Amino acid sequence: MSDSKPSARETAAFAGLVKADLRPDAPAATKIGVRGLRKRFAVKGRPVDALAGIDLDIRTGEFFCVVGPSGCGKTTLLRILAGLDTQTAGDIRVSRDQPVQASNPQTSAERPLNAMIFQEQSIFPWMNVRDNVAFGLKARGIPRNERYRIVEPYVRKVGLEGFADALPHQLSGGMKQRVSIARAFANDPEILLMDEPFAALDEQTKLILQTELIRIWEETRKTVVYVTHSIDEAIVLSDRIMVMSARPGRIKEIIDVADVFARPRLVETVKSSPQYGEVFGRVWALLRDEVVGRPEQLLSHVR
Amino acid sequence: MRNTTVDRKHRTHILTHWFSRSNRDRLLSVLSPMLLLVLWEISARANWIDTRFFPAPTEVFRAAGVMVKTGELWTNLSVSLVRIGIGFVLGAVPGILIGLAMGLFGTVRAIIQPLVDGTFPIPKIAILPLIMMIFGIGEESKYVVIAVAVIYLVLINTAAGVRNIEQIYLDVGKNYHAGKLMMFTDVAFPGALPMIVTGLKLGMGVALLVIVAAEFVGARSGIGYLIWSSWETFQVEHMYVGLLVSALLGFASAILLNILEYVIIPWKRR
Ligand SMILES: Nc1ncnc2c1ncn2[C@@H]1O[C@H](COP(=O)(O)OP(=O)(O)O)[C@@H](O)[C@H]1O
Ligand SMILES: [Mg+2]
Repeated sequence: MSDSKPSARETAAFAGLVKADLRPDAPAATKIGVRGLRKRFAVKGRPVDALAGIDLDIRTGEFFCVVGPSGCGKTTLLRILAGLDTQTAGDIRVSRDQPVQASNPQTSAERPLNAMIFQEQSIFPWMNVRDNVAFGLKARGIPRNERYRIVEPYVRKVGLEGFADALPHQLSGGMKQRVSIARAFANDPEILLMDEPFAALDEQTKLILQTELIRIWEETRKTVVYVTHSIDEAIVLSDRIMVMSARPGRIKEIIDVADVFARPRLVETVKSSPQYGEVFGRVWALLRDEVVGRPEQLLSHVR
Repeated sequence: MRNTTVDRKHRTHILTHWFSRSNRDRLLSVLSPMLLLVLWEISARANWIDTRFFPAPTEVFRAAGVMVKTGELWTNLSVSLVRIGIGFVLGAVPGILIGLAMGLFGTVRAIIQPLVDGTFPIPKIAILPLIMMIFGIGEESKYVVIAVAVIYLVLINTAAGVRNIEQIYLDVGKNYHAGKLMMFTDVAFPGALPMIVTGLKLGMGVALLVIVAAEFVGARSGIGYLIWSSWETFQVEHMYVGLLVSALLGFASAILLNILEYVIIPWKRR
């Protein structure tokens, strides 16, 4: 891999931004602009570059997927976007949506910028489903009755009606992930950051939740950054797929599939279309380069 | 010919159920202490063992009956209960508060930790004379020695409970911009609760140990006093009654704390 690659990517990204800004009828505004993002960890005193120069524009209202071999910095990228970690270098610009009407009770406190849905179990075991989903609203100072009223349709939307009073230990893994999805959506953030939310679930549950996620997203059209290591999940869900390379983490290519698979989408329609195989082949070709010749990658995927 | 659903119904039949493995084991664990008591009774009656040291269980129960009637048992038990209750609360409440502060704030930890580490190894009963010197030989010194014994275990476990809250929960709090107060009431405190209760249980165990020892030497009443004075006057049956009651006290407090745990930590129920 040559070192000139990322800088070429860099120029391309900047060129894209400039073009978009100059065109008055630009179809999609940039929601998150990332420039020269680097993250260096110190592992046993030795520096490890988790992200080595990421330049990226994520559009308002798009479903943006990130795929890459494990350890390529996907989680690191999301955590920095979420404000949970700070970058070593680089810039992140986020343009905020139009301020919403203050009369809207749902936004009586400031509307949050992002909500993260974590890879691991992240709902509080000591709160019932309702209070878990209402956590963000409580943090915004919305009174109890009000937040329970707001939360109710979201609990229903993720198929947990009748479980509002249940504690997490009474729920299956899939149901817990539904709670954390409801928690994120109920808080009505401008950006959703999802880190392999379905990776730990069985195939059928995963399919059902993917279908529901597509439905909820098509209703709300929030900007989503979705990390996955599954090519097929990336194709089914996203408007654009960003393939990353590992060690150090860089952007390899961004593939636009928004126009390839029309919306509203059905998982089975996407998977049975002839273009599906084509896109799969392209993404896999990019990923295979990363995994083959790195036996440790193969192993980490098996695990 | 054989119908599986009928078979399954048969398996839940009461007799089969009663003699299933776990029930048989349960039965055995009830029988073994009973058998020991019976053997003890027989050996005592047959004079195979020295009844001056090992009076027959029926003799002990008879003595207990008499002590209940005269009110002697209740007087001593209630005195000990009050001492444990007050001393335990005096130790547990500040233990939880200081422990939470230590878990949450580095500064507090930096100040308190060396004091705890330096004094924790001292056997708590060893400072009884010092405490009696300061607080006199009255009730206060009993409360204080129990409180001192309890506070360490509660404090150490509470601080560890807060420190060991999984990072993911703190990340969620941060991601949703939960304020300091909400981080405390909705994340740190409930997250530390299981460890706090563990601290309370350990503290209660030590409280029982310390109160009996303290009543041996520095009291005119209480279960410890009952055991000690029975030995001095060689009323061995009474001594056994004291042992029996202290064992029951241990059981009762353990059950009480288990109920507390069950009620306040529903997410840890099995
Ligand atoms: N907190 C951390 N401390 C040290 N190294 C880390 C830390 N977090 C991640 N890394 C390293 O950064 C790289 C990228 O990690 P991560 O973003 O978790 O990858 P991914 O999510 O793509 O699997 C890995 O090599 C990982 O070991
Ligand atoms: Mg990851």
